[in-house]
Amino acid sequence: MAAALTVDCRKTFPGRFTTAAQLTLPLDPPRVLILFGPSGSGKTTLVRCLAGLEWPEEGRIQFGSTTWVDAASNIRLSPQVRRIGYMPQDYALFPTHTVAGNIEYGLSDLPAEARRERVRELIALLQLQGLEQAKPTQLSGGQQQRVALARAIARQPQLLLLDEPLSALDAPTRAKLCGELRTLLKQLAIPAMVVTHDWAEALTLGDVIAVMSVGQILQVGSPQEVFSRPANAEVAQIVGIETVVQGQVVANDNGLATVLVNGTTLKGLGADVSGSAVYVCIRAEDVLLEQVGSGVTSARNHLSGPVTEMLPQGVLMTVTVDCGFPLRAMITRGAREELGLETGSVVVAAIKAGAVHLVSRSG
Amino acid sequence: MNWLAIWVTFKLACLTAGVLLVVGLPIAYWLTFSKWRWKFIVESVVALPLVLPPTVLGFYILVAIGPHSPVGRFYSDVIGHPLPFTFEGLLLASILYSLPFAVQPFAAAFAQVDRRLIETSWTLGVSKLKTFFRLIAPLSTAGLITGAVLSFAHTLGEFGVVLMVGGNIEGETRTVSIDIYDDVQALNYAGAAKTALLLLAVSYGVLLLVYAMNRKVWAVWPQR
Repeated sequence: MAAALTVDCRKTFPGRFTTAAQLTLPLDPPRVLILFGPSGSGKTTLVRCLAGLEWPEEGRIQFGSTTWVDAASNIRLSPQVRRIGYMPQDYALFPTHTVAGNIEYGLSDLPAEARRERVRELIALLQLQGLEQAKPTQLSGGQQQRVALARAIARQPQLLLLDEPLSALDAPTRAKLCGELRTLLKQLAIPAMVVTHDWAEALTLGDVIAVMSVGQILQVGSPQEVFSRPANAEVAQIVGIETVVQGQVVANDNGLATVLVNGTTLKGLGADVSGSAVYVCIRAEDVLLEQVGSGVTSARNHLSGPVTEMLPQGVLMTVTVDCGFPLRAMITRGAREELGLETGSVVVAAIKAGAVHLVSRSG
Repeated sequence: MNWLAIWVTFKLACLTAGVLLVVGLPIAYWLTFSKWRWKFIVESVVALPLVLPPTVLGFYILVAIGPHSPVGRFYSDVIGHPLPFTFEGLLLASILYSLPFAVQPFAAAFAQVDRRLIETSWTLGVSKLKTFFRLIAPLSTAGLITGAVLSFAHTLGEFGVVLMVGGNIEGETRTVSIDIYDDVQALNYAGAAKTALLLLAVSYGVLLLVYAMNRKVWAVWPQR
């Protein structure tokens, strides 16, 4: 059996729901797994179980050939010996230590010279030059995040656990650091688990996404799979983005990007996009359906194609249009009757450029 | 002024504070971080000297270290003389009597330390003991000094326990507060006044130190 992280455990806090997670993350090649879900869904509890900070009352956690937790035979490996890099929400930098002191905190078993060398490496890697002697309170949010990352990876952990690594930052910093974090995770090639409730972060950082809600893992799959083909209505509601397809940015004119998706050209907002490979994300409620030849609108994208599927959802319907890629639109039943939509009828889907979200793809 | 009594008192207070700094830390650590459900029983025992009349505490300590108890017999067998009415016996009583004055500020300071800092330290491979010395203790300095200083000050002024356990032996167990009592008994009000003033000044100075240290801002008036 190839090395993997296998989790199958239950943890209950009095007065809360039970977090019961089953999960397998192959360790080779190292992947980034996203724990995705609304706040309070048990993501942090699961990460804390993996860090050794919570003890599941049932089940096992196996990392490669090492058993971290086995409730049945009372095995509980302490956090100290798991060789993990854990970054809690809000970073928990040690206020009594400088930036360099924080980074070298876990390296005390190295000889002094090797320790200094490692700190120098990490300072350079995370662009913290000049801040070595600063105290955490003197740093900006983005700098704090980088110090916390440096500290977490200093001991070359075998698993990285990042709990909401970007949520403490303001929006512009977050977008910038999200791209940096992706590059860093690729560069480090350490298996990682990242907790987030932000779909753009999930798509940017993740190789695999596990969707969590009320303590359960509802679906595990590639980002595209989870977003475009949610396993059930609950997952669909949590991810909230009905169309996620891969595309290539062919031009970027002052933030208005032209994207090629399977032969179809789309205009979208791409100010934050780096590189040409992107996920194109469109919410179903942002898509208008029109009859063919009904005139000019302000929408930048008019894509025509046949209706391939219609799913009633209460007073609404989700209509899938094949315009080179499956595009989902949300319309009312009344609109469907007016348009005379049937499976196979050809329609035009209009989407404003602002509703076409582009997320840089990892790897 | 009875300099010998002052010396005995000072020595007793220093030793008590010193021993409590060592003994109180693990107790406070355990009280702060243990998840044991019956923890409150131990908490109550530690706090008992706060409410118990010193004579009652002194009486039990006297019985416990006396020649009729196994502890007392063991001590006199090993050391060669009994524990009551000696400086060592007095020290033991002082430690027990001042225990809450050290343990409670220690525990309060530990409880103030952000749990996530401690947990992050553990995940960085640092043992619980090293985490204590490298992280928890430096973050609790004010509480540690407060506990040590309060137990020092509390020991300076103890009377009931000293009388019960130590008696009143010049150079051995006669402390300042007993000296004042003796002076008053002998109608030597001038002597008592001098010693009392000294004790008042030292106590006040010590409390000034504690409160000044626990201020977050050093400015006399608020900055905002």
